[in-house]
Amino acid sequence: MDFTTQLLIAAISAGTPLLLATLGGILTERAGIIQLGAEGLMLMGAVTTCIVYIRSGNLILALLSAVAITALLGMVHSFLCVTLRANQTMSGLAMTLFGSGLSAYVGKSISGIPLPGSLPKLDLEILKPVPVLGELFGRLDMLTWFSLLLVLVLHLLIHHTSWGLHLRAVGDNPATADVMGIRVQLIRYCYVTAGAALIGLAGADMVLAYAPTWNEGLTAGRGWIAVGLVIFARWNPLRALFCAYFFGALDSLGFRIQLLGSAVPSYFLKMIPYVVTILVLMYLGYRNRNKPSGTPESLGTPYIREQRF
Amino acid sequence: MSPKPGNESATLPPLAGRSGRWYSLRLEYDSSRTRSPWWTPILSVVLALLLCAVFIAANGMSPLVVYEKMFRGAFGTSYGFTETMVKAIPLLLCGLGIAVAYRISVWNIGAEGQLTVGAMAATAVTIYFPDLSSFWSIALMLVFGTAAGALWGLMTAVPRTHFGVNELITSLMLNYVALLALDYVVFGPWKDPKGFNFPGSPMFTAAQSLPVLGSTRLHIGLIFGLVAVLIYYLMIRFTRWGYELRLIGANPTAARYAGIHIKKHIIIVMLISGGLAGIAGMAEVSGVTHKLMQGISPGYGYTAIIVAWLAKLNPLGLIVTSILFGGLIVGGYSVQTIGLPSSISEMLQGAILFFLIAGDMIHRFRIRRSA
Repeated sequence: MDFTTQLLIAAISAGTPLLLATLGGILTERAGIIQLGAEGLMLMGAVTTCIVYIRSGNLILALLSAVAITALLGMVHSFLCVTLRANQTMSGLAMTLFGSGLSAYVGKSISGIPLPGSLPKLDLEILKPVPVLGELFGRLDMLTWFSLLLVLVLHLLIHHTSWGLHLRAVGDNPATADVMGIRVQLIRYCYVTAGAALIGLAGADMVLAYAPTWNEGLTAGRGWIAVGLVIFARWNPLRALFCAYFFGALDSLGFRIQLLGSAVPSYFLKMIPYVVTILVLMYLGYRNRNKPSGTPESLGTPYIREQRF
Repeated sequence: MSPKPGNESATLPPLAGRSGRWYSLRLEYDSSRTRSPWWTPILSVVLALLLCAVFIAANGMSPLVVYEKMFRGAFGTSYGFTETMVKAIPLLLCGLGIAVAYRISVWNIGAEGQLTVGAMAATAVTIYFPDLSSFWSIALMLVFGTAAGALWGLMTAVPRTHFGVNELITSLMLNYVALLALDYVVFGPWKDPKGFNFPGSPMFTAAQSLPVLGSTRLHIGLIFGLVAVLIYYLMIRFTRWGYELRLIGANPTAARYAGIHIKKHIIIVMLISGGLAGIAGMAEVSGVTHKLMQGISPGYGYTAIIVAWLAKLNPLGLIVTSILFGGLIVGGYSVQTIGLPSSISEMLQGAILFFLIAGDMIHRFRIRRSA
């Protein structure tokens, strides 16, 4: 296997958690709610998966409980932001702080214990003879296939169904959506919760496919990179696929270069994804300075219907 | 509390029987009530303690024992109290910086990185100018630390003002960059040759260490913090610059029409914000650890966000909350003796912030009798 194929495999493996988290962020933000709690949600998803998987040995149960716990946290976020109309930035920061604290606290007992198994891989015999693709797609695990499917489903949902139209209406102009008879608050609750669950699944994927054990602060800022990727992908699931794999490649590039025996200290190679995130966002900001950025128009502003007495 | 469509404010079921003709209650939202009452911060701390008590109990410990241990560790002994004050210094400096930036809605969550580069720059002085007199080495460390923090702040401000990049993401990414740079210097070029291969810079000499008060570990960084708070109060209250900040904070559109250069102010507040965090980093290496090493900050930059919020950007409030959270950090360490992780304090901090932002909004809802 040559360097490029290895890098591609590593890019997909490192990119899948980013992709899931970005898709979760897109869903949340399309409904008009900022999601800055991604880091905390990923950590909670990861630690829940580890605890349940180690205690019960059942992978499906572990994934389901990770999704359930983070969906619950998503509901807390939507209660604060939708019902109480609280500051969405602050609520997200609180989620990140609380998530990293709680995950470190409950994860202390299982820290460093290897998981009993990893994600089952789908062996596709049909693809084996194809030169590069066979190598590539023959080794993808369950969650990677799920994330690829999800990209397609979300693309169709957002751009080609009436549900998606409602979602975009709620994110762009909730007052008009309300007049049209769309249940603005209900839709916001649903998508914020679903988005949080996806971000939790991203955390689960991270421990299952990427890091073999739970460690405190395991995500190392990948939740925040996903927040940046949502902007990078301009709230579009198809673009999210390419952005996430691009960053997955950057993430693993440093490690690969190190294996080749480069003279650059590994610390600088590890900085690549963070620095590139900033540079890419700056480039996008510069290029789109006179164009609409694709941001849902009412992102971050709570919707207040006028009151009747 | 699922929202009911068709009802603008969630209506409570009528109290008197089915009809509700005589007496019914409804929740009503009043956006004009922006000043939350003084007791919301206190209530949110209490509620956060109760919430975390559930998690502690679920882990098989008695919450009362744990909280008593934490309180006694932080405030019960004179040693504990000085430790609390030592931790309060970086929180006060970083929290002040965050408060200044937040005045005009600039979200600096990069205090952690700004503190780290401040500490690194101060250490650079000890390594490249080892033989300065006490006064000059401290002064130079202070200047370098402030400048490095301010530069790190500038790297967040310029993408925001000139490229429209959200400062939250930039400042957070820079935190990771700063921590990796710290790892590089303590494992690489600045590693103490006599340090038994332990990652860390050589020990500072007495001339490179901040003077301490009496025989305690409390250093004069405390004075830096208090002076900075005083200057903040005077500047905001009595200068034209402070007035412009207050105006931008109250109504950015009106401020722009009044001819105030908002981009310039964003850059200025981020320079101040980063500079203050840089001072905190300098004080931490020079006053507490006396050498540069990994983990010089147990998340001061993040805790300082809550410190600033809990204080509602009020100077006196900043002093009180930074001592409270210093105590929380020390209390978190002291429960380690009964086998609990210190991340319990981080969990409490997140919970406090949750209740605080909820409390700020809940009081805007009024229960009204209707019909």
